[in-house]
Amino acid sequence: MPTWKYYLLPTSLPQAFQYIQSHGPSCLIVSGGTDLLLEIQQEHRAPVDALIDVTRIPELNAIEVRDERLFIGAAVPLNQVSGSLLVQQHGQALAESTGQIGGPQVRAVGTLGGNVGHALPAGDGAISLLALDAWAEVASAAGSRRIALAQLYKGPGVSALEAGKEIIVGFDIPLQQVGQGSAFSRVMRPQGVALPIINMAAWLEVRDDHITEARLAVGPAGPVPKRAGDIETFIQGKTLNDALLTEAKQVLHTCVQFRSSPLRATSGYRDHLAEVLLKRVLSTSWHRALQSNRGRRQE
Amino acid sequence: MIEIKVNGKDYSLEEKPGEMLADLLRYRLGLTGTKIGCGEAECGACTVLLDDSPVLSCSYPAVKASGHAVLTIEGLAEKSPKPVHEEGQLHPLQEAFITKGAVQCGFCIPGQIMTSYGLLLANPDPSQEDIKAALKDTLCRCAGYSAISEAVTEAGAVMRSEGQITPREVPDSVHARRVVGRTAHRPEAFSKVTGEAKFSDDLQFEGLLVGRTKRTYVPHAIVKNIDVTKAEKLSGVRAVLTAADLKHAKNHGLVVNDWPILVGVGERVRYVGDAVAIIAADTGEIATAALKLIEVTYDEQPVIDDPVKAREPEAVQLHETGNLLKHIKVRKGDVVAGFADSDVVVEHSYHTAMTDHAFIEPECSIARVNEDGRMEVYVGSQIPYSDRKQVADALGWPEERVRVIGMLIGGGFGGKEDIMGQIHAALLAERTQRPVKVLYDRHESLLVHPKRHATQIHVKVGAKKDGRLVSVETELYGDTGAYASLGEKVLTRATTHSIGPYESDHAKADCYAMYTNNPPAGAFRGFGVTQSAFAIESTMDMLAEKLGMDPIELRKMNALRVGSVTSTGQVLHESVGLLECIDKVESELRKRVEGNPFDPRVSDENPDKIRAWGFSTAFKNTGLGGGAPDEAGADVELYADGTVQVRTSSAELGQGLCTVLRLIVAEELELPAEKVDVLLSDTDLTPDGGPTTASRQTYVSGNAGLHAAKAFKQAVRGVLAEKYDCTPDQIEISSGQVFICGRGMSFAEVYQEFKSIHREPKVRYVYQAPVTKPLGQGGDMHFAFSFAAQAAEVEVDRNTGEVKVLTIIAANDVGTAINPLGLAVQVEGGAVMGLGNALTEAFLTKEGRVITDRLARYRIPSITHSPEIVSFIVEHPVATGPFGAKGVGEIVSIPTTPAITNAIYNATGYRVDRLPVDQELIARHIHQDKFVGK
Ligand SMILES: Cc1cc2nc3c(=O)[nH]c(=O)nc-3n(C[C@H](O)[C@H](O)[C@H](O)COP(=O)(O)OP(=O)(O)OC[C@H]3O[C@@H](n4cnc5c(N)ncnc54)[C@H](O)[C@@H]3O)c2cc1C
Ligand code: FES
Ligand code: FES
Repeated sequence: MPTWKYYLLPTSLPQAFQYIQSHGPSCLIVSGGTDLLLEIQQEHRAPVDALIDVTRIPELNAIEVRDERLFIGAAVPLNQVSGSLLVQQHGQALAESTGQIGGPQVRAVGTLGGNVGHALPAGDGAISLLALDAWAEVASAAGSRRIALAQLYKGPGVSALEAGKEIIVGFDIPLQQVGQGSAFSRVMRPQGVALPIINMAAWLEVRDDHITEARLAVGPAGPVPKRAGDIETFIQGKTLNDALLTEAKQVLHTCVQFRSSPLRATSGYRDHLAEVLLKRVLSTSWHRALQSNRGRRQE
Repeated sequence: MIEIKVNGKDYSLEEKPGEMLADLLRYRLGLTGTKIGCGEAECGACTVLLDDSPVLSCSYPAVKASGHAVLTIEGLAEKSPKPVHEEGQLHPLQEAFITKGAVQCGFCIPGQIMTSYGLLLANPDPSQEDIKAALKDTLCRCAGYSAISEAVTEAGAVMRSEGQITPREVPDSVHARRVVGRTAHRPEAFSKVTGEAKFSDDLQFEGLLVGRTKRTYVPHAIVKNIDVTKAEKLSGVRAVLTAADLKHAKNHGLVVNDWPILVGVGERVRYVGDAVAIIAADTGEIATAALKLIEVTYDEQPVIDDPVKAREPEAVQLHETGNLLKHIKVRKGDVVAGFADSDVVVEHSYHTAMTDHAFIEPECSIARVNEDGRMEVYVGSQIPYSDRKQVADALGWPEERVRVIGMLIGGGFGGKEDIMGQIHAALLAERTQRPVKVLYDRHESLLVHPKRHATQIHVKVGAKKDGRLVSVETELYGDTGAYASLGEKVLTRATTHSIGPYESDHAKADCYAMYTNNPPAGAFRGFGVTQSAFAIESTMDMLAEKLGMDPIELRKMNALRVGSVTSTGQVLHESVGLLECIDKVESELRKRVEGNPFDPRVSDENPDKIRAWGFSTAFKNTGLGGGAPDEAGADVELYADGTVQVRTSSAELGQGLCTVLRLIVAEELELPAEKVDVLLSDTDLTPDGGPTTASRQTYVSGNAGLHAAKAFKQAVRGVLAEKYDCTPDQIEISSGQVFICGRGMSFAEVYQEFKSIHREPKVRYVYQAPVTKPLGQGGDMHFAFSFAAQAAEVEVDRNTGEVKVLTIIAANDVGTAINPLGLAVQVEGGAVMGLGNALTEAFLTKEGRVITDRLARYRIPSITHSPEIVSFIVEHPVATGPFGAKGVGEIVSIPTTPAITNAIYNATGYRVDRLPVDQELIARHIHQDKFVGK
């Protein structure tokens, strides 16, 4: 059986839903296809009747400021996400993570919608979206809804979307204000699949040398991308320095548990790397937040 | 409909379900310059530009390209700002790839060039870092990454009208002659950069069927039943064959005929890649569907997945001859007395992983019964004559009724010596009387072909206080997997080299080559010595530390030199450049580093990164050796236009044999290199050159070419002396002409002279290499050895344990550098392959089942891993070698792994004794008790 019978390229959401309806259950949404097509070819998924490619729908291709938030279309290729000045300005963590996914050819077609839709617990794009407090806009034939990113995940590789019926239109993140900054980092292994053994993204708001608000996302620390809520509260109101980092590391171990994955990393190694990444992403976000403060004062 | 512009031309094509852009380009438009290396978005070989952006055409739906413009390698030259290379139009990138020597096997090259072109369109003046970022996922297994990077930089300058393409800075050989020893470009380079070069899968035939193989996917079982009735009934299936259809040979094999062509009912399955049925069908989809309809039941057996287990007395015997393929022994002196006499003794055990060749071109064979009822097999093979014999045996035909036509080979590295699809394609072609193509996808390639042996090696060395080696003892277990392949030979080389390139009065080595239910292991660049060099070179560093001695001094003191006696009892009479290799690397090292290079240093840029150097040496035999007759035939023929062709069946797999043969013959005949054409690997047209293995081509096939050229000169002298009534020695050949008593005559005229007396202007010479002795008999086990030393600088992240190799300094004694440019890229590619062996590569199985069955799970080094490589060529000629040359292909890769792991030890104190390097273990070692995790 070929991977698909019909490959459809709707140019509007209504047309997409029309296709979805006419092909019934045996259809799937595809974007860059860098995950899905390989999964079907390698028989991890059954071939389908129709693939509905959403990359030609204009709504899914926009990057723009809307209602005090930055909207990033689900089908914007990853290289355009990482290259976007707006993304670099409002979501450094996202620019960093999308710039590291795969190689240039994969980034030229792969998308954020697919990174989230694939629902891996350590999707690089997804982890930084989570730290940036992203919400997703999801459309179906019945209309559209907004949903917090974390709610989009059900389990490893399983999204909360209704398969082949719902389409992620895009993600929106708050505009970055003065005194805020974010960062992403990951550690890879030179052997085996090109997915991080651990990744982490942080977002901080700093006022008068104190953290007023924090968000930290970690993968793969469970079946779905995870926020480390205890750390966020623990560092709030405090100044980032070595002492705080040392304590924060302890808190991290109580709120984030890693699994051992054979051939990739033991939980112990991940625990160790979590400390390394925690320091990296918190320090970088802190400095970025301070820098933006300074930039403001100079104006 | 698909409305698509390809290379400036508009096409309107029917949509096909499941069709990717690469399929459309290759099979519908015949643009076979776009290659498929993996089909899983990992290798970048299939890169084309879609509206100026590089995309992977293997996983880009063809319909999605509708309405867009596609540029493939075939359309690039037209984009050239300035026209014409001597052989036709080339884009500056294409020209630069040739000039810099970036083209080796050539299979990845279209993808490299297209990815680079995409980069230059977006960024006309890229930095080194930009180039590395852009080419990160466009893999070259021949690993000419430095050459590629230089080519892109200069092509960019040409495109900006700011520069020109300059020759690569490679010194001539110290033994340089008129053409030998001076940089030359590959005769086949032009076709490789334009996409015209034909690899097997690029051929198209009328009525071509697709052949596929039913694999067992169980590691050990007895086949209970095979039911093919459903598959046979599927429309479009033309033939289904099982073992019951084998009327002649049941097995194949390079040394031992132990590998079933098809495993039949009641017979033993020995690994997951065993074949139980083959199918020919109208399309690949039908063939795949039919495979699923074949029902096979198995009586599964306990799996032997470890060579030590295989040797246990109660273990199931996988072959009639037992599980022991061979016990290999080296004995010199008395090691017990030697250790008693030693002041210090160091011992340690090592494990090396199975690794895969991961040539970018997967295996492909096409077979067809021709008009005369003969079988033609088109295949990129390292041993065409052996293919011919094995195919003929399976068909029950005389060998002459089979013709193996060697195609270009997209990388081999030892992995294209065994039979893969050749026999299956021929059986299906015989049955259907139609051409049949058996092309493996990456998954099947990884599953089926023989790997590098996983080994367990124990080393014990004893030395005097001053560092002099007294006694060395090694014990090796080699996992040769399900079938023998070249296992015995590989592990013999591992064993005889396990003492290292050192002289020790007492030496003892034992190796147990064991059958298991893992994929077979066979030849892989280094031929067993990669593994034993890692073990002995690590131990030498441990010994140096224990003695408080400089590791380079220790090696110098014990290094083999002229007059030394090897562990097999061979006295080395000449061509032992090891000390000079060590000196060359050492002086470069001392120039670069103040103080002890083996001390750890904190990086200036980042205090979390620690750097240190590591050192290693190696040696590797040239040629088959061990008493095996080692011969090669070559023809030299003169054509009417005055050009000469040299022919032998040896294979060009990217290593540069074509150029080497051309230079040798041109040198001897006093012709310009361009006047010599090379034809390889066709059993009808080229004489048997023997296997392309064991670094033997430059020496053995090169000698065949050289002697054939000499014989041809004799023939010319004979013919002309007779005609012009003078003595042969009054006839002189020089400067592209023949002089008879001073009167000049062109080669074209010489051709006419032959024809006028009805003599064919051609000769054949079968060269026999010096006789060698089998292991255990002392004397010359090999007729030549190559030597090398390397130093590697690593940077270890103390937090994460991540390792990066920054620099490699390499010195290789190759006798004579016949083609210095070709040698330069062999050195780089070999070092990068050694780096992969150390850091990235592990072919993993669990209870005989393959885990790394996709390229996504088996990483080979990319340009981002590629370090700065500084190369020194040492040239201690071999008297019997062509112009003094000996082997190159393997030695360049062998010392890299231990140089890296010794550097890691020097940086961190962590001794790597299991390959590949596990960064987690380094981090644990550095942080020890402070390590937070369990
Ligand atoms: C060589 C290689 C390297 C890679 N490296 C990385 C890496 O480093 N880090 C990483 O995180 N990932 C990596 N990936 C995985 C993959 O490329 C990314 O996850 C990418 O972002 C997926 O996007 P896509 O558009 O190609 O997804 P697709 O394959 O098109 O889709 C993936 C899933 O999401 C669903 N989907 C896609 N778009 C939508 C939408 N708009 N609405 C609803 N559902 C949708 C699909 O139905 C499918 O289930 C790599 C892949 C390859 C081939
Ligand atoms: S990436 Fe397409 S063939 Fe490998
Ligand atoms: S030249 Fe790149 S793979 Fe051979």
